[in-house]
Amino acid sequence: MKKTCEELREVAKILRKDIVKMLTESKSGHPGGSLSAVEIMTTLYFDEMNINPENCSNPDRDRFVLSKGHAAPVLYAALAERGFFAKEELMKLRKTGAILQGHPNMNYIPGVDMSTGSLGQGISAAVGMALAGKLDNKEYRVYTLLGDGELGEGQVWEATMCASHYKLNNLTAFVDFNGLQIDGDITKVMNSLPIDEKFEAFGWNVICIDGHDIEAIKNAINEAKNVKDKPTVVVCKTIKGKGVSFMENQAGWHGAAPSKEQCEQALAEIGGDK
Amino acid sequence: MMKKIATREAYGNTLAEIGKQNENIVVLDADLSKSTKTAVFKGECPERFLNMGIAEGNMMTVAAGLATCGKIPFASTFAIFAAGRAFEQIRNSIAYPKLNVKVCATHAGITVGEDGASHQAIEDISLMRSIPNMVVICPSDAVEASAAVKAVAEYNGPCYVRLGRLGVNVINDNQEYKFEMGKAVKLREGNEVAIIATGMMVDAALEAYNILAEEGIKARVINIHTIKPIDEDAIAAAARDCGVIVTAEEHSVIGGLGSAVAEVVTSTYPVPVLRVGVKDTFGESGSPVELLEKYGLTADEIVKAVKKGLELRK
Repeated sequence: MKKTCEELREVAKILRKDIVKMLTESKSGHPGGSLSAVEIMTTLYFDEMNINPENCSNPDRDRFVLSKGHAAPVLYAALAERGFFAKEELMKLRKTGAILQGHPNMNYIPGVDMSTGSLGQGISAAVGMALAGKLDNKEYRVYTLLGDGELGEGQVWEATMCASHYKLNNLTAFVDFNGLQIDGDITKVMNSLPIDEKFEAFGWNVICIDGHDIEAIKNAINEAKNVKDKPTVVVCKTIKGKGVSFMENQAGWHGAAPSKEQCEQALAEIGGDK
Repeated sequence: MMKKIATREAYGNTLAEIGKQNENIVVLDADLSKSTKTAVFKGECPERFLNMGIAEGNMMTVAAGLATCGKIPFASTFAIFAAGRAFEQIRNSIAYPKLNVKVCATHAGITVGEDGASHQAIEDISLMRSIPNMVVICPSDAVEASAAVKAVAEYNGPCYVRLGRLGVNVINDNQEYKFEMGKAVKLREGNEVAIIATGMMVDAALEAYNILAEEGIKARVINIHTIKPIDEDAIAAAARDCGVIVTAEEHSVIGGLGSAVAEVVTSTYPVPVLRVGVKDTFGESGSPVELLEKYGLTADEIVKAVKKGLELRK
């Protein structure tokens, strides 16, 4: 389902508003790192990925693994808007008995390809999916989204080494490089910079872009498809809490829910038709 | 002289056998394929053998990813690195999403021998059985290991299979032998005491039976190859019929078979349960047989526990 950049920017607004609304309703969750990844998720789910809400388990579909599982709200907003489940479910996020768990669960939620939440593991699962694609000579592609703070997990680098060892050019990882983790600036908590050079040293094709520029995201995805024998990482410079003025670049909004008043202000700032 | 075969040998051979028949089977190892015997599979199906290098956490989650695409991954390394190091990957990426991954861990228990305590997993049964959705199997010999590997390949869901390094007596090589996941095997009839054992300690339990029989004590010997889901009926019946139970395992007395049996007994038919196993201590380097003696994992130790149990029952 190809869309123009203009159309995608409108979808991004819808996702942003759904994120703010569902977190206000659930009174807990992770807005900062969900809002920073909106353009990446919009481009994947509304422009790029070969997926079908009517046939979630099609073996030939593209896969997505949310390695930074705490950004579940952006995944849920995308899946609901894409028609995988009713939008009303978003308002039950994190509530007892609801399908939308605090972190993604593949058995409860249509369209979720892998249960994640424990950092560092999602990229390994994506490597497994990409390996399966190679073993079966399938054309599908595998996408995963990592946080920059998540790069502190040693398993990320185990998986990274493994992906280049097996020449998984069907795997594209995005790093949501918003510069902040729970305890603050990533360079102060545990410096993972330079991200690009690390991935390059591990044998990956590296693309660095503005993670809010939909056209740049589209181009990066297409470039990755033409790489012959390497996985690709798209290091996306982003703004944590993007689109909501009082949340932008504030580590405090990593895992805090907005009040009703803050929600109203946020929705007004994001704007859009719907 | 009974022939001795390590359960890991049976694992490697069986894996190669079923791997040739089922194209969905893929095998992952963490640079230990010659020791875990997955190299036998590699020899037969090299394209479906994936060496993950020395990175067990990644290996478990890669296996999970493969399972989401319809593969039947067997992931192998030593028990300490599977159940221990990669515990959380197994919990969150395999068991929580209930993915069809078979964690087949070799070199469990102190019979690892000379490599010493760092490599001797005595906590793995405890760790693995505490995870929801997990099946835990500890075969008593090569025949049972082979049957267990075939059974877990057929079963759809996460499994942990505990295998040993040391060659152990073949005790199940007979026409009647049948492996049913979750079903205990009664090896000897008796109503005075029940000896419930798992893994290589089943052989020691049979030896203890002979010693006790000479003294006129008739023991029931039960082999629990599936520690989870455990055969509650067989354990409750043993408690009711015998009035005292001795458990035996090459594992810590905390959290393993002994604990699992005690949990069933206390909530069905409470009787004394005495646990033979490693007594909350680390092992050490040494020859496997000497270590078994030193750490009390012998038929004599089972006999001692039986006598203590019979006293308690009075």
